[in-house]
Amino acid sequence: MGQVTNEGSIVTPYRRYPPGSQPSRVYEPYRSTVRRNPAKPLIFLPHTLSEVTGPVYGHDAMSETDNDLTRQHAGEPQGERIIVTGRVLDDNGRPVPNTLIEIWQANAAGRYLHQRDQHPAPLDPNFSGAGRTLTDGNGNYRFVTIKPGPYPWFNHYNAWRPAHIHFSVFGRAFLTRLITQMYFPGDPLFAYDPIYQSVPDEKARQRMISKFDLETTQPQWALGFRFDIVLRGPEATPFEA
Amino acid sequence: MEYVPTPSQTVGPYLRIGLTEKRSVKCLAGPEAKGERVWLKCRVLDGDGAPVNDAMVEIWQADSEGKYNHPDDRQAKTPDSACLGFGRMGTGEDGSCEFETVKPGRVPGPGNRLQAPHLNVGVYARGILLQLYTRIYFDGEPANEEDPILISVPAERRETLLAHRDADRAGGWRFDIHLCGEQETVFFDV
Ligand SMILES: [Fe+3]
Repeated sequence: MGQVTNEGSIVTPYRRYPPGSQPSRVYEPYRSTVRRNPAKPLIFLPHTLSEVTGPVYGHDAMSETDNDLTRQHAGEPQGERIIVTGRVLDDNGRPVPNTLIEIWQANAAGRYLHQRDQHPAPLDPNFSGAGRTLTDGNGNYRFVTIKPGPYPWFNHYNAWRPAHIHFSVFGRAFLTRLITQMYFPGDPLFAYDPIYQSVPDEKARQRMISKFDLETTQPQWALGFRFDIVLRGPEATPFEA
Repeated sequence: MEYVPTPSQTVGPYLRIGLTEKRSVKCLAGPEAKGERVWLKCRVLDGDGAPVNDAMVEIWQADSEGKYNHPDDRQAKTPDSACLGFGRMGTGEDGSCEFETVKPGRVPGPGNRLQAPHLNVGVYARGILLQLYTRIYFDGEPANEEDPILISVPAERRETLLAHRDADRAGGWRFDIHLCGEQETVFFDV
C-alpha cells in the first residue's frame, strides 16, 4: 500500500483496526448498545483528506493545575493520591507529540460531579475530576490525581463499574481520535463488567489496564501507574514512499 | 514490541465533565471566516426514535476553499485562519445540539474526483463503545451527484447523509442522526 493520489493531492491511508482489538458495537450484555448502534453494515470509506487530517485543538492557555487534579481547589481531595503517566504512540511505534489528552473520572468515593449521577456517595468539594494536558515531543504525558472509586450503574442487578479514568486523545487525524477508559491492575470487577468485556480479544482488553510502576511512585507521596496509549498510524510515512 | 491500538470505550454514562461543558466548541468558523454562513442543528435519535440526551457530536471540516487547516493537507492553498474547522457539542434533553460554521469547499477525493462539500462527523454516547463516523452533505448541492463517497452508498440510503434547509431560519440547516431503526443513518467503516 502506501500513498494514494486524490485529485493531485497525496493521501497516506491509515491502518485499519486489527480484528478483535476493538469492542463489538452491539454487545448485548451492555444493554444500551442495542438501540444505539447501527444494525446495517457500515460502509467502507477509503481514506481521503477528510479522514487523514484532523483538528489541532486545545493548545491554548493550558493552566498549571490542568494536569494536577489534586490542586484545582483550596484544599486537597480525599483519597489515594496517584501519578498516572505514559506515552502516546502510533501503531508504527512512533511517538505522537503535542497532542491533547483530556481525562474525567469519579472521586475516591465513586461519585462524579455530574447532575445525572445519583450514587449516594459523597461529593468532594476539593475534587472536580477533570484534567487536560499535551503530550511532549516524545509523546509523554503525566497527570496527578486521586484513585477513583468503583461505582454502581443500572445495566443489570448489582452492576458495578471497575475503577477507571476516562481518557480522550486526539492524535494526528480525525480517524485517530480515541476515547477509552484506563483501568487499575487486579480489579475484581473485570469479570462482571460488560463494558470491559465488550472487547473480544483478551490481550486487547489487557491493553486498557494500567501497570503499577515503582519508578513513577514517589516516596511518602503517591503511587505511580503507567498507561501507554496506541493510536492508529499511517500505512507508510512520506519518507518511505 | 508489538503496537496494537488501544481499545475504545464508551464515554458514558457521565460524559460532559471537561469535554462538553467548559470545552465545547459551538463555532467552527469565526465571524471573519470566508464563505456562506451555516447554522446547523444536529439531532441524535436512538432506535426507538427517542432523543439521545447524553451524546457528544464532533465535526471536522475544510474551509470554504476546500483546504483543511492541517499539515497533511498539502494542497497549494493557504488555510483560512478564521476557520478552526473543529466543533464539538453535547446534546440537550431533545437530543440536539447546534453549530455555527461556514459551508466547506470541495476537497480532493479518490478516483481523481473532487468531493462535494461535506462535514465529517463523530458521534459518542453512553452505549456507543466505538465512535460512529458519518458525513453531512448539503441537500440541493449539484456536486452531490458526482461525489465519489456518496456514490458508493446505496442510492436508497444516500438521503440519510443530507442536511436539509431549515425553513424557519436563513442559513439554517438540520441534520438528524438515527443511530439505528428504520431510518438508520449511514455510518462509515473508517
Ligand atoms: Fe465512568
